[in-house]
Amino acid sequence: MIELSHLDKRFQIGDQTVHALDDVSLRIEQGEYIAVMGPSGSGKSTLMNILGLLDRANSGDYVLDGINVSKLNEAERTRVRSEKIGFVFQSYHLVPRLTARENIELPMMLSGVPAKKRKQKVDDVLNKLELMDRAHHSPNQLSGGQRQRVAIGRAIVMKPSILLADEPTGNLDSKSGEGVTKLLESLNAEGITLMVVTHDPTLGDRAQRQLNMLDGRIV
Amino acid sequence: MLWPDIVGFITHVLSRHRFRTIVLWVAIAIGVVAVNLLTALGEGAKSYVLKEFNVLGRNTLIVLPGKKETTGGMPPITGESPRPLTLKDATSVSRLSGVNAVAPIVVGNLEASYAGKIREVLTVGSSRDFFIIRQLNVAQGQMLPVLDLDKSEAVCVIGNKLRKELFKNEPALGQWIRLADSRFRVIGVLKKGGTSFGFDMDDVIIIPVANAQSLFNVDGLFRLFTEVRIYQELDSVKRAIAELLKERHEGEEDVTVISQDAMLSSVQEILDTLTIAVAGIASISMLVAGILIMNMMMITVSQRVKEIGLLKALGATSSTVRVLFLCEAGLIATMASVSGLLLSYLIILFANMYFSEIQFHSPWWAQCGSILLAILFALVFSWLPAQRASTLSPVEALQGKQQKEIV
Ligand SMILES: Nc1ncnc2c1ncn2[C@@H]1O[C@H](COP(=O)(O)OP(=O)(O)OP(=O)(O)O)[C@@H](O)[C@H]1O
Ligand SMILES: [Mg+2]
Repeated sequence: MIELSHLDKRFQIGDQTVHALDDVSLRIEQGEYIAVMGPSGSGKSTLMNILGLLDRANSGDYVLDGINVSKLNEAERTRVRSEKIGFVFQSYHLVPRLTARENIELPMMLSGVPAKKRKQKVDDVLNKLELMDRAHHSPNQLSGGQRQRVAIGRAIVMKPSILLADEPTGNLDSKSGEGVTKLLESLNAEGITLMVVTHDPTLGDRAQRQLNMLDGRIV
Repeated sequence: MLWPDIVGFITHVLSRHRFRTIVLWVAIAIGVVAVNLLTALGEGAKSYVLKEFNVLGRNTLIVLPGKKETTGGMPPITGESPRPLTLKDATSVSRLSGVNAVAPIVVGNLEASYAGKIREVLTVGSSRDFFIIRQLNVAQGQMLPVLDLDKSEAVCVIGNKLRKELFKNEPALGQWIRLADSRFRVIGVLKKGGTSFGFDMDDVIIIPVANAQSLFNVDGLFRLFTEVRIYQELDSVKRAIAELLKERHEGEEDVTVISQDAMLSSVQEILDTLTIAVAGIASISMLVAGILIMNMMMITVSQRVKEIGLLKALGATSSTVRVLFLCEAGLIATMASVSGLLLSYLIILFANMYFSEIQFHSPWWAQCGSILLAILFALVFSWLPAQRASTLSPVEALQGKQQKEIV
C-alpha cells in the first residue's frame, strides 16, 4: 500500500523554478491497476521516479507498506527499492554487453543472491515471459517487444509488490505494444500493484483507475 | 553483491572494453618492468663492483701515505711533501705480532720490450707476500722469490696477456725482458685472472720492490697491503700499525690505515643510494601509469553514467558501485603488474645469458614494491572516479546527466 501526502518536487533550471509536482496526495491499495495520463511535462515521470525511489521529493511524506521511506537514507532506500519495486522504462535500459538471461539476473546479483539460487528464479521468469529460446541472445539481437519483455522480466524477478512502468509501449509498434500491455495486466492479475504511464487513452481506459495530471497536480 | 559476481562482472567489462584494458595493462606493465630492470641494473653493478673489491679479503689492511682527515692545524710552512712510506716502515710493520704478510707496492707504467716488440705495461713492484694477499697463482714457473725488501734481483712474473703479446707461442720462462733500461728474467706467468681492484692482472709485470724503486727513482711506497692473522685482531692491529708508524715518523700522524670492510661499506653505501635513486626514477613511470588510470577511469565513468544509474535503480548501493570501480582498477593493476614482473624476469634472464661478467637480479623489495605500488596507485587514482560514480543519483544518471562535475 502506498500513501503520498503533500509531495512537492521542484527543479531549478537557471533562475527559473519548475514545479514538477505540486502538493500531490495519493493512496494506492495493494493490487490496483492505475493508468497515469496527462500532457507532456505534467509531472508523470517525476511522480513515477519518486514512487520508484529513484528520486526524492523536496517535501511531503511517502509511506510504503507502513515504512516512511522519505525518512530513509540512500542505502536503506536502495534495499526497499530492490525488494518492493520493479521499474520498467520506455527505452528498456538493458545492459548491452549482457545476455537476456544475465540482464534478468542482474537485480538478484546486485543484491547478493548466490548464483545457485538465482538460476531457478531466472528460469521461471524466462518461461513465464516465453523468452527461454532467447535467453542467450544479447539485447541488440532482440526485437523491441522482446527487449521490453526482458526488461519486465528483470523488474519482476525479485518478486516486488509494485510494478511501475513509464510509457512501456512508447517505443513499440501497436502489435508488440499490445503484447507487453497484456503481459503487464496478467502480472497485475496475479496480485502485483501496477502503475502505467501512457499517452494512449484506450490503454488508459483498460485500467481500474485513471490519474490525470496537469502542471504537477492530480486532477 | 557477492565476490564471485563482482569478479565476473568486472572481467566482463574489461573484456568488452578491450582497447582501454590493453592501454592500461601496457602502461602498468611498463612501470613494473622499469622498476625491476633499473634496480636489477643497480644491483648487478653493485655486486660486480663488490666482487672486484672483495679480492683483497676481509683480513687486509691498506696503509696509505698522507693523512686523509683534516686535523685543523696550520699547514707546514716549508713546501715539504708528506713524509713517504718507506721499505723500513714495511719491514717494521711485518714484525708486529698479528701481522701475517706485508706487501709494499710501487706502481707505474713502463715500456717492456722483447725481440723488438714494445709494449707499455703496468709495472708493480712488490714482494712474495703480494701473491699471498692478492691470492695470485702462477700458471708456469714460480712467484717472486722471498727476499729482504731492500734487495734487488732482476726477475719478473708476467700476466698471461703480456706473455702472449711478447712471446706468442714461444716459451717465456727464462727469457729476458727489457724494462726501461734494465733487463729482467721471466721466472713465472700468472694464471688468467681478469681484472681486479682496478688492475688488469693479465696485462701486468711484477718485479721486486727494490728494483721498481730504482726504476722509478722513488724512495716512497705507493701503499702497503697488510694481512692480519685473524679477523678478530683487525682493529687492534690497525691501531698498532698506526702507533708504530707515528712513532717511526717522529710523532707525525701522516699515514692512513683503512680496512677492506670500511672501504667496502662506503662503496656499498654509495651503490645502495644509486639503486634507490634509480628505483625512485622508475617509480615516476608508475605515477604516470597511475595518472593514466585516473583519466581512463574518469572517461569510463562518464561513458557509463547510464549504466551506473541503471545499476543503482536495480538495487546497487553506492558502496557496491564504488567497489565495482575500485576492483576494476585493482584487478587490472594486479594482472598487469604480475605480467610486467614475469616480463622483467625474462629480460633479466636473457641479459644474464648475454653478459656473463655481470649478473643482474632485481631485489625482492623492488619486486614486491613495484607490484604493491602499481596496485596502490591504481586504487588511489581510481578512488576519485569511483567516488564520483557512486554519488550519482539513479534518476539523473539514467537521464545521462551528471549530477556533479568534478574536473
Ligand atoms: N532533471 C530535471 N531537471 C530539470 N527539470 C526537470 C527534470 N526532470 C523533469 N523536469 C521538469 O519537470 C517537469 C515535469 O517533467 P516530467 O518528466 O515529469 O513530465 P512528463 O509528464 O513525464 O512528460 P512526458 O510526457 O514528456 O514524459 C517538466 O517541466 C520538466 O521539464
Ligand atoms: Mg515522462
